[in-house]
Amino acid sequence: MVKYENGKKILVTPISAEDLADIKIGDILYLSGSLTTCRDVAHRRVVEEGREIPVDVRNNAILHAGPIIRPLENDKFEMVSVGPTTSMRMEKFEYEFVKTTGVRVIVGKGGMKEQTAAACKDFGCIHVVIPAGNAVVAAVAVEEIERAEWRDLGMPETLWNCRVKEFGPLIVSIDAQGRNYFEEKKVEYNKRKDEEIEKICKEVKFIK
Amino acid sequence: MTHEEQVRKMTDMIAKFVGFTGKKLPDDVIAKLSELREKETDPMPKVIYDTMFRNQELAVKLDRPSCQDTGVLQFWVKCGTKFPLIDDLEALLKEAVVKATFETPLRHNSVETFDEYNTGKNVGKGTPTVWWDIVPHSDKCEIYTYMAGGGCTLPGCATVLMPGEGYEGVTKFVMDRMTSYGLNACPPLLVGVGVATSVETAALLSKKALMRPIGSHNENERAAKMEKLLEDGINAIGLGPQGMGGKYSVMGVNIENTARHPSAIGVAVNVGCWSHRRGHIIFDADLNYEITTHSGVEL
Ligand code: SF4
Repeated sequence: MVKYENGKKILVTPISAEDLADIKIGDILYLSGSLTTCRDVAHRRVVEEGREIPVDVRNNAILHAGPIIRPLENDKFEMVSVGPTTSMRMEKFEYEFVKTTGVRVIVGKGGMKEQTAAACKDFGCIHVVIPAGNAVVAAVAVEEIERAEWRDLGMPETLWNCRVKEFGPLIVSIDAQGRNYFEEKKVEYNKRKDEEIEKICKEVKFIK
Repeated sequence: MTHEEQVRKMTDMIAKFVGFTGKKLPDDVIAKLSELREKETDPMPKVIYDTMFRNQELAVKLDRPSCQDTGVLQFWVKCGTKFPLIDDLEALLKEAVVKATFETPLRHNSVETFDEYNTGKNVGKGTPTVWWDIVPHSDKCEIYTYMAGGGCTLPGCATVLMPGEGYEGVTKFVMDRMTSYGLNACPPLLVGVGVATSVETAALLSKKALMRPIGSHNENERAAKMEKLLEDGINAIGLGPQGMGGKYSVMGVNIENTARHPSAIGVAVNVGCWSHRRGHIIFDADLNYEITTHSGVEL
């Protein structure tokens, strides 16, 4: 569901396709509820090996990240530091991954491409980015690590199922209509870059 | 103090300083980020800058590395030939990195090439990186420390241009890199450019350029002019914080240069991310130290 608090738009898991319907690229959101770290090998296991994901991410959120975790007593863990990793690495798996798992929100770093945009459109999902380099802000939004699955993958790749509170800010990079913020921005950036190159080149004719 | 005690003391100090630089950004970076933050008016860049500043406060308060990628450690050493620990320096820096890795803690970021395994200690063959400049007749030792994160290492690139391509070619080389890779390297960036005679001379200068304070200028008037032109040009692209759009893109552009072969222009670009974790410490022969990058630090 969606809730508004202190001027923030907060997605609360479980999230439905309707909850995402009027969200647009560039919107700023926060997330409360279930968020599971899930990166390269976990994607490969689900998509290439057809294994069932041991944490149910249906209508919930995943995070492309490899965190630093401190083990506590009684099989409990503390989130020390967590930041997003480059989402692009998961691009080739993401369509199938969204299709099979029913995940609604993918949190990561940088843009993703056509396959993910198609998944977002076909299955009602969004890709959002959390500003990178803010490992402490992200870690303190984790209230508890509820489960740890596929631990054989080691600390960075384990599925850390977290309960988060107002995790964010999350900026929408692909919306459920399939629009892609980074791809649209890149067109603008390249156009302005070419104009600037032309301007600078007139001023640097030092070899005569 | 015996020689062994001195070595231990310097190792401890470097380990502490390295750990500290992972938690608190240098004064010039904080000042520049504050300035850029003030100039943004749209909600998105503002929210991103607010997050960055909140993160830096929390990192100090909770005593944790501010970014989870604490990078590969790199040291640029300007060591006097009469500095008493010159013979021990390289081994001592390695030991300091291992110490900082467990005490801070730092992420394990040293993967042996070809054998492709993570050493788990942040050191390996040739890591940490140490670049030496030997200073004759001096008994001081100046050390720049740098955490080279994966994201901001990726845009690095060097090439050799033909003189016909000129400084116009240098411009294009640098600008192209900003929109292809720079936007994913956590802007606002500090851009280092090396202009020299071959790939390796240009590449090393492009990294050394990142050690220069933000707002400093190349002493050559034309090079300084080009720094300004590139800075304004990249800012006009409007990458904004995190490459998501804004009024500015960079904290600065620093160019370092040498003479070149008449038939070649070596050029390289290297970037530092917003979390530009650079430190600078100067030791005298008695291991009294001065830190120029961070005010109010006691080791
Ligand atoms: S580019 Fe810099 S701020 Fe961004 S994740 Fe890498 S080290 Fe951290």
